[in-house]
Formats: sequence, C-alpha cells, structure tokens
Amino acid sequence: MSIFVDEKTRVVVHGLTGGQARFHGLRNRDYGTKVVAGVNPAKGGQGVEGIPVFATAAEAREATGANASFIAVPAKVAPGSILEAAAAGMEIVVCITEGIPAQDEARVYSDLRHNYPAVRLIGPNCPGIISPGKCNIGITAGEIALAGGPVGIVSRSGTLTYQALYELKQMGIGVTTCVGIGGDPVPGTGFVDCLAAFEADPETGAVMMIGEIGGTEEETAASYIAEHVNKPVVAYIAGVTAPPGRRMGHAGAIISGSKGTAGAKMEALAAAGARVANNPTEAGELMAELLRAL
Amino acid sequence: MDLLEYQGKQYFARFGIPVSPGGIALTADEAVEVSERLGYPVVVKAQVHVGGRGKAGGIKLAASATEARAHAETILGMGIRGHVVRRLWVERATDIAREYYASFTLDRGAKAHLAMVSARGGVDIEQVAAETPDAIARLHVDPCEGFGEGQARHLVHEAGLDEEAEAGAVDVLVSLYRCFVEGDADLVEVNPLVLTSDGRVHALDAKVTLDDNAAFRHPEWDEFAATAELDERELLARRAGLQYVGLDGFVGIIANGAGLAMSTCDVVNQVGGRPANFLDIGGGASADIMAGALGVISSDPSVRSILINVFGGITRGEEVANGIVTALGRVDIKVPMVIRLDGTNAADGLEILRTVESCMVITSPSMMGAARLAVELAGNHLAGNAK
Repeated sequence: MSIFVDEKTRVVVHGLTGGQARFHGLRNRDYGTKVVAGVNPAKGGQGVEGIPVFATAAEAREATGANASFIAVPAKVAPGSILEAAAAGMEIVVCITEGIPAQDEARVYSDLRHNYPAVRLIGPNCPGIISPGKCNIGITAGEIALAGGPVGIVSRSGTLTYQALYELKQMGIGVTTCVGIGGDPVPGTGFVDCLAAFEADPETGAVMMIGEIGGTEEETAASYIAEHVNKPVVAYIAGVTAPPGRRMGHAGAIISGSKGTAGAKMEALAAAGARVANNPTEAGELMAELLRAL
Repeated sequence: MDLLEYQGKQYFARFGIPVSPGGIALTADEAVEVSERLGYPVVVKAQVHVGGRGKAGGIKLAASATEARAHAETILGMGIRGHVVRRLWVERATDIAREYYASFTLDRGAKAHLAMVSARGGVDIEQVAAETPDAIARLHVDPCEGFGEGQARHLVHEAGLDEEAEAGAVDVLVSLYRCFVEGDADLVEVNPLVLTSDGRVHALDAKVTLDDNAAFRHPEWDEFAATAELDERELLARRAGLQYVGLDGFVGIIANGAGLAMSTCDVVNQVGGRPANFLDIGGGASADIMAGALGVISSDPSVRSILINVFGGITRGEEVANGIVTALGRVDIKVPMVIRLDGTNAADGLEILRTVESCMVITSPSMMGAARLAVELAGNHLAGNAK
C-alpha cells in the first residue's frame, strides 16, 4: 500500500496547456501516473497530447472521474486554483507553486479547514508526492525512487528528498510513499499528518523524516512520535550551521522560545525515540541498519 | 524585507496608526533642520536593521539645536551590532505615561494569525515573555474571520492596559491588523505602544517585516528596497537571482535547493571545515547561473576551496556539467574546486566534467567524500600560498 496517492489516483493538471504545468504534468504521465485531464478556463475543449482539457476543475472531475489536482500555476493564481480544486470535490490537491504570499496561504488553509475539511492539500512550494511505481504528482524524478517499500518518507526540503530517495535506492531499499510537504509557513499537510498515515499503512515499516531549521513543526512531530508512532523513525535536520534565520522581531522569539534551531529539533526527536542522523548519508545508513533489525 | 523604523512608521500611517511627526536626516545639518521645523524637544534615532539601538546609544533626546547637532554627529557613522548608521529619524519627543507592547504575526504552529498585547512593553519584552508569560495576552485570529473591535477590546482587557488607553489601543489594534493583512506583512510590532500624559495612544516604534512573496502587488515597496543594506556579494548574488548568505568560513558552497545547500554547509562543518557561505542556485544549473554563482564566490577573499554539490532531479546531470564547463571558461577561479554530481544522468555529466578535470577541478562520488576533499584542499591551498 501507500499513503494519499496510488495507482487508482486520477489526476487533473491545472494549466496543463503550458509552462511548468505542461512539462511536469506530461512527465508525471510518462511515469505512469493516471493524468486524465487538464484545466484551462480559456481552452476548454482542447487537448494536450491526448489529454482532454476542460474549462473548470468541476467539469474535468465530472467527465473523467478525477480525484486529485496537480497545481503548478503561477503564485498569483495558485490560491484560486487550490480552492477551485477543493470546491470541485478533489480529495488530494498537490501544489508545487512557490512564492505564494503568506497571507494568501493562511487564508487558503483556513478556507479549506472550514469549508472542505476532507480535502488534503500537499504543499504549496513542495516537490510533490510519489508512491513509487504507482503515482507521481509533482517534480520528483521518478527514476531515483525504488518501488515496493518498506520506507515512508516525509520531508520539508526538495533536493534533500531526492537525496534521501537516492541514498535508499543505492542500498536497494524501496519506498511506499514519499511526501514533500514543502517549506512554506503554512503547509497544507504537515509532518504529523504523514506520520499518522504511515503508522496506519501496513506496508510502511519505517519512516524517514527530513526537517529544517525554523518553525516548530519538527518539535510537534517529536511529541507525536513519542505518543503515537510505534514504527521506527530516522530523522535528519538540515541547518545546524545555518546562520540564525531572519529574526521575526520579538514576536517570533516570544512564540518559539528556544525552539526552532536544528539542535533543539534534533534533541526533541532523539528524546522521542527517533534515530537522528547528522547527514543524509548517515540517515540512509541508519535506515538500512534499522530495517535489518526488523 | 525588514523595514527601517521610519519606513515602518510611514507604513503604519497609511493605515491610520498614530505616529510622531518627524523627518529623515542623512547629515547633522539636516538633523538640525528637521528639529527646528518640529520644535524641541526632539528624539534623534539611528535607523538600522537591528534591535538594541537604545542600549547602544543610538537614540538620544535633544532640547536644543546644539544638542540635536551633537547627537546627530555622534550617532551618524556609529556601529550598532555590526550595522553602520547612515540615516537618522528625528521626531518630536513624546511625553510618555505608559509603555505597552502590541504585535501581529503568523503562528506557524497554529496556522493562524497571532495577536499579542502586553501592559509591560519596552525594551525587555522578551524577558517579560520568558519570566512571566501571563503578562502577555495572546489571541489566535482565524485569517478568514479577521480581527475586529470586539476581539481588540477583549485583548486590551486581558492584557490589563490602563482604562484611559482602552479606546485608543483598540483603534490601534484594529488598524494594525489591517496593516498586517492588507499590507502583506509577516510581522507588525509596536514596542513600545505608548499612552501619552495627555491621554493619546500611539506607536513610538515600528517593526515591520514585509512578505517578499507579495511584492508583485505592492509597487510602492520599491522605495524600501533602495535602503536595504546588502554587502557587495549579496548584491551580486541578488542580481544573478541566487540565494546567498555570507558566513565566516573558508569553503565556498554551491548547491541546488535550500535544504541541500544547508546540508552541505553542515557536512563541511562535520568534517572539520567551515562554510564561507550558503548559496542556493535553485532548480536551474545553466551556464549563466553557474557562472554567476562562481563569480559571487570567487570574489570572496576568504574562500580557499569551492564545493559544488548538485543533485540532478528535473535538472539533468549533463545540463549541470555543461553549465559548469561553460562557467569555468568565463570565470577565473584561483582556488581548487570539488564537484559532486549525483542523480538523474549523473554518469553523463561526470563524463563531460572529465574534459575539465585537473588538480584544481576534481569530482567526487559522494557528498561526504566531496566535503572531506574540499576541506583538505582548502588547507593545502593555504599552505601552498604561505610558501
């Protein structure tokens, strides 16, 4: 099995007719993802390499039975596309768009929570999600991931996600699902959502979690791991030597206190029982070690 | 983008938040000119992108032209935590009865806006927060529901602000929230928010951080960018579209993706080196971007070796390699360089890199190995220069 997306996922690509969306949408189809439709308000009725294009996400869903949206449209219009996908009844919305204003992101998150609580938004500003061999929505190069599990990956960073997939593949270790949750202030899906899903997924035997400095999501994840996760977790946090991030006035310090540094996150995760690696290579090795012991 | 105090106050004023009248001065003459126009006493305030100005002697009260000139001369050129003062804000002095604190920011953990108000504003608000967290009233605000007078009144009560400040503080909070949301700020903070002895409430300081992602809908922000203090290399990097942060080490770092760039810095540190910078070339690795990155790094005299760490995802190995080869033809590199290239079509890329390989350009198959080699070469290079 896998989490959130699999071979039954049917994807609508917003803006399939051009730019990033076309490039990545077609790559995802080449990987084997069921890309069933495109959306462009001005080009309904046209097609892209055999994929029908509809004016709205709702029409696309109606006509093709799509249940997921892939959004790679520019930042100015991405918030509207996310809400359109949710209103059309998509279960999963993957948004890779970077540069969305934080105020828009916060409003979209709140809107989804109030009006479309069942919709799972992944991103924005993320590499997407891949269940190797089944479904790839986003910009991950599918060939660097080995299918079949037993490792589930959740990561805030794009290139470190690739690095993790690659390290595991080098050692012959497969992945059930790899979720790039993105590094924006208000991600639709967080570490805890993914940890819960991996814990419940019978095919996932262990979880690799890749975090970064800033925010307190990793600390929250650590508490969750301590209380609810029985599967082994390997964690890596990037940014030990990073310069202290932009200080958000006193308010930032008041909210986060001593949290947010790489050291604090690593300590919290270790205290929660996770194996904490010092670099991506070590993370791969720790995972291999854990799997041998399972 | 962090605004200077005076820019923050101008931003506040657009949303109807009361601030003191004042003016900008780049010289002592201008400071006197502004002071004369305002009437004494005035406060002469250093404008730098860093806190702790008061404690550093960057904020002074002046009762006369002579004093205003003397303070301006002392403060201009002064270094405050590494920032040289080039601008002053001179404003009419305020007769302060009480100092409060107010802010709006995004609480990432709660995924909601967070309002904070305290009756104990002033320089030591972080200490207040750490020692007596209850002295800060907090309220999460749903971004879809917004923040109105009712919530403002509730917060003001909970924070225990003086009764005569209530109406004014409520007005300020409501306007401050509009400034935060409509003004696309990541943070708006007033410390202190003051009650004057004649019963008015106004912002005596302004800390505003704008969300760079929203710049497309704020053409008026261009004027703020002009005063942003960047060093030479940061400017160079910005023009080349690169994310660059200078550090104090000696191994120059180029990586694709913020996470991998951070991780590369960490690994260099783990094997005994110190990164000279964080540099993220983003998704692309074209010759232009690579040449830009190498140009930025080679202009840093403390760099003794360069580590390029690229993981090809969408960007193919051969594109990365061609970018490096072309860039090497354009930029004169005087220090050894270690390249680690992995991911999509890495083998093809390494084949291309073989054409430029030498004792100064070396490829390494793993991230750890490349880091070790770069650190070692930095040492050798230094020893070689010393001979």
